[in-house]
Amino acid sequence: MAQNPAANDRGPASPAAGGGAEPRHWLRLLLIWVPLSAAAILVIWFVWYPHLPPGDMTDAASGQQFDIAVLAVTAAPVVIGVLLYFVYALVVWRARPGDDGDGAPIYGHTKVQAWWIIITSVVVLWAFAFGTYELIVPAGAGGGEGPSPIWKLAGVQTAAWSPGTNDMLQVQAIAQQWTWTYRFPQFGGMETTTLDLPVGMPVEFHVTSLDVIHSFWAYKLGVKADANPLVDNVAYVKAKQLGGFEVRCNELCGIWHGAMYNSGQVVTPAAFQSWAAGIETKERSIGVLAALPPYTLIYDPTVVPQLGRNLVKVAGITGANGYYYPPSDPVQP
Amino acid sequence: MSVPARVAALAVAVAAVVGFGIFVALYYIGSEGSLPTVHYTASGGQVNVVLQEDPQNNSSSRPDWVSYYVQDPVTRQWQHTTLFSVPANTRVNVTIYGYDGCTPLRNNFWSQVLGTTGGTVNVQQFNKARALGPARTVSLINSWASCNVGHTFAIPAMGLFVPVPSPSATATLCSSSPCTPSSGAYSLEKFSFTSPSHTGVWRWQCLIPCGGGFIDGNSGPMQTEGYMTGQMQVVA
Repeated sequence: MAQNPAANDRGPASPAAGGGAEPRHWLRLLLIWVPLSAAAILVIWFVWYPHLPPGDMTDAASGQQFDIAVLAVTAAPVVIGVLLYFVYALVVWRARPGDDGDGAPIYGHTKVQAWWIIITSVVVLWAFAFGTYELIVPAGAGGGEGPSPIWKLAGVQTAAWSPGTNDMLQVQAIAQQWTWTYRFPQFGGMETTTLDLPVGMPVEFHVTSLDVIHSFWAYKLGVKADANPLVDNVAYVKAKQLGGFEVRCNELCGIWHGAMYNSGQVVTPAAFQSWAAGIETKERSIGVLAALPPYTLIYDPTVVPQLGRNLVKVAGITGANGYYYPPSDPVQP
Repeated sequence: MSVPARVAALAVAVAAVVGFGIFVALYYIGSEGSLPTVHYTASGGQVNVVLQEDPQNNSSSRPDWVSYYVQDPVTRQWQHTTLFSVPANTRVNVTIYGYDGCTPLRNNFWSQVLGTTGGTVNVQQFNKARALGPARTVSLINSWASCNVGHTFAIPAMGLFVPVPSPSATATLCSSSPCTPSSGAYSLEKFSFTSPSHTGVWRWQCLIPCGGGFIDGNSGPMQTEGYMTGQMQVVA
């Protein structure tokens, strides 16, 4: 015979259909729920947490790892409570063979309703407060904050970057179908196909795109920022550990979206300076720096700065340069 | 309508929808699978891959799309495909005939030669098989300096990025594909790289937005195998 614990808990021993004393279902549930929840919390915190993605290579990554662990600890008692009630109801309140009677009537129960509202409100408000705090304190938690970030990472904005300081390293991540490149304005505006970063120093990413919408996703760094054409999207990170990582596109951007990735590594500040200065020297010597457009936060692909005018008006250099073709096209120059 | 009749009607309708879906899927899979793969085998520890890029192609469905061609090493015939295979851990000597005109790079960083042996390419300009100047070994072909880059050949996963020079802006381009040296102006580019030591498939693409008629120039031939993107299969 199906019964309702709220109805049955009104008295210490409401008579049941079978005539025996009705057990205290809430107490039973509580005595099962508390140890199960405690065990789940301990397992989550001490066993699962250290292995949760995205790891702890950077402050943003470890912050996300902590957030996931805290939210898992918050959710575990709720999930266990729901499942426990479900299983308990199936086992205890199931209809026995031969029992064709109606279940006990369900009445309102003010105390249960009040506690339900209070507990769920506390959980939701806690998640809201915790999530907001965790977004603000670590300077956006590795997410893109747009061109004018509200929450900034502590660091000194300098024209030249030096190891062993608190200088903010400026890194521009440029997306195009289907690869990433990186520009370093503090190293002459040099550009690379791989991304090295110094450990223990603040980094300011400026993410943009030259064509369609992409998303800069350095999973192990805990950084993910949309790459929109003509938009500068700022994100921060500070690496805590040496090691390699991958950068992927996380926005479906065409047939080779799945292959739009390259690699990077976190190295010592001295090694980073050596690497960056070496590339700057090479690109300066072979003319790459002169060929690149002046460093800006966004780029209009239809403008060639070296020629000082709009690309579509440059005689002899017309073509598929980022605009809609007239109906008479396609043609080739 | 009786229940059996309803069930039968429903079954027929479901079968029709599923059958149509399968037909569409097989149609596209079948059309994509028709591209041939050109197999290059090593000789003396090296393999010679020969490509050309044209302002048009000889297909019946999309003749105005720019396109790469791959030369069959045995017959010397040009195959309208962008699939080829090379042996693993082998020096790959690439020759590209650039028959198409210039288009500026969206990111002029790709004017730089990256990933080739020595970090350079050897380029020479021709007009109807007549050399217009000496061959030059360069590490940069600045597409924003003048009309001089037609397309690129890039295998991003290998770090190989090569700008392919174009004939000058005033040159008369080949108008019938596959182009031949006598059909118009072209550039000849040669470079080498070492194929990966393990087998697999490496996709390659052009980084010039050369899909005329498409937004940002990045659709159409840019996203279609057999035209401006393809795969290099590395075999044992």
